[in-house]
Amino acid sequence: MKKIVIVGGGTGGTILANNLARRLSAELRSGEVRVTVLSASDKHMYQPGLLYVAFGRMSSQELYQDQASLLEPGIVFHVDPVKTFNLDNKQVETESGVSHDYDYLVICTGSRPNPESVPGLAEHANHVYTVEAAEKTLTALQQFEGGRVAIVTGVPHKCPMVPLELTFMMHDYFKDRGILDKVEFFYTYPIGRLHSLENVAKWAQTEFDRLGILYETLFNVKQVDGKNKQVHSEEGGVVDYDLLITVPPHNGMPVILENALGGGGWIPTNPNTLQMEGHENVFVLGDTTNIPISKAGSTAHYEAEALGENLAALVKLGTMVRTYDGKVFCFIEAGKDRATYASFDYQHPPQPQPPTQMIHWFKLAYNKLYWNSVRGLL
Amino acid sequence: MSDIKRVDARNSFCPGPLMELIAAMKLAEIGDQLEVLSTDKGSANDIPEWINKVGHEIVECREEDGVYYIHVRKTK
Ligand SMILES: Cc1cc2nc3c(=O)[nH]c(=O)nc-3n(C[C@H](O)[C@H](O)[C@H](O)COP(=O)(O)OP(=O)(O)OC[C@H]3O[C@@H](n4cnc5c(N)ncnc54)[C@H](O)[C@@H]3O)c2cc1C
Repeated sequence: MKKIVIVGGGTGGTILANNLARRLSAELRSGEVRVTVLSASDKHMYQPGLLYVAFGRMSSQELYQDQASLLEPGIVFHVDPVKTFNLDNKQVETESGVSHDYDYLVICTGSRPNPESVPGLAEHANHVYTVEAAEKTLTALQQFEGGRVAIVTGVPHKCPMVPLELTFMMHDYFKDRGILDKVEFFYTYPIGRLHSLENVAKWAQTEFDRLGILYETLFNVKQVDGKNKQVHSEEGGVVDYDLLITVPPHNGMPVILENALGGGGWIPTNPNTLQMEGHENVFVLGDTTNIPISKAGSTAHYEAEALGENLAALVKLGTMVRTYDGKVFCFIEAGKDRATYASFDYQHPPQPQPPTQMIHWFKLAYNKLYWNSVRGLL
Repeated sequence: MSDIKRVDARNSFCPGPLMELIAAMKLAEIGDQLEVLSTDKGSANDIPEWINKVGHEIVECREEDGVYYIHVRKTK
C-alpha cells in the first residue's frame, strides 16, 4: 500500500487531498493507496473573509466550515497536529503520540502573523490576520472620528493585495461615514514603489494621487512609539499616526522551526516540482514554501492541482508528469464596490485592468464559491 | 568570513527580489553576506538604493546572461 500523508488541512492541503481522492478513487477503494490528512483544527477558515469582517461586511461565524465536511469520502482525517518530522525514517509523529509512516509526505502548515517581532507593533497597530484582530479593527474603525491613518507593511506577509485593499476599503468606509474630509491616509510600502507588482504599483499610484492618499516607499517598520504615536522605519523615516493599521510580518509555523526544516519557518522548495530540497519524496505547498512567490490561497490552489497530478502519476506510473508554472490569480478590491485582479506566472507579469463593479461581484461570489473550490468542484 | 547565502529570486514578480532580500536580511546575522539572483532589471537599481538607504553594504553587482547577481553584506 502506498501511503500519502498531508500535514495541514487548509487551502492547499484540502484541495490536494480531494484532487488525489478523485484521481486515485479506484486505488483508494481497493486499498492500494491511503491518503491521510493531519491538521491542527476541526474547522476550516476562509481567511480572505477576515478583510470583510474588519468592515462589518461579513461575520466571523460565516468564515468557518467543518473540515471533515469538505473532504471526499475515503480520505482519512485526524485533528492531531504533527509535532516531529522524522524525514530520514519516512515518518511523522503527532502531538497525541501517534506515528504515521509515509511513502509521500506533503507539508502545508501555512504561515502566521508575527507582529510581536517588531517592537510596539502588536500593542499599537490594528490588523486583519486573525478573527480577534479583525474584530478589534472593526471597533477601531467605528470609533475613529478623524486624523491620520498610517498603513505599514511587514515582510514577508500573506496575501500581497491586502495593503492596497485595506487602504481603498478604508477610504470608502470613511467616505460612507461622512468623515472623509477629516481623514488623512499615509500609506507606506517596503520596496521602492507602491506594490511589488510593477503594473499594480503604477495603477495604485494613479488611484492614490486621484484620491489624495499620501505615500512613502522604501519604508520597513522598525518600531512603533505608541506614546508619541510615531512609526520609525529601518531607513530612518518617521511617520505620525492617529490610527495605525498594519499588514504584519509573517513566519512559518513553529513546528517547521522546531524541526529545523527551514529558516523563518519557510521550507526550501523546488519552484517547479514543489519537492523539498534534498528530499525527493517530500513536497511542500502554499505559504510554507520558500519559493519567491505570493503567499496566497490561489498559489496554494494552483500548486495543489499540479502536485495532485504528479502524486497520482507517481503512484500509478512511478514518475511525475508536469511542473508548476508559478500561476497566481488575485482579486484586488479597489474600494467598497469596485475591484480588479492580477494574474501572472513565473514568465508573465500581470496586466491589471481598470477596476469594475462586475469584478467586485465576482469576488463577493468567490467568497461563497471558495467552499466548492476547496472541495475541488471549481 | 561567513558563507554567502543565496537568495534566488529569478522570475519572481511578487513579492520580487527586493522583498525577498528584505525577508532574508531579517533572518541573517550582522556580518552575513547574501547574494540575490534576479531576472528583473529594476532590482539592479532598487536593491542598491535600499541597501544604501538602510546602511548595509554592497559588495558587488554584476550581470551575466540576463541574470543580475547582487552581493551584499548585513552591517547592522
Ligand atoms: C486577511 C487575509 C486576506 C487574504 N486574501 C486572499 C485573497 O484575496 N486571495 C488569495 O489567494 N489569498 C488570500 N489570503 C491568503 C490565503 O488565505 C492563504 O495564503 C492560504 O490559506 C494559504 O494556504 P495554505 O494551505 O498554505 O495554509 P492555510 O490555509 O493557512 O492552512 C494551514 C493548515 O495547517 C494546519 N496546521 C498548522 N500547524 C499544523 C501542524 N503542526 N500539524 C498539522 N497541521 C497544522 C492548520 O490547522 C491549517 O489547517 C488572505 C489571507 C488573509 C489572512
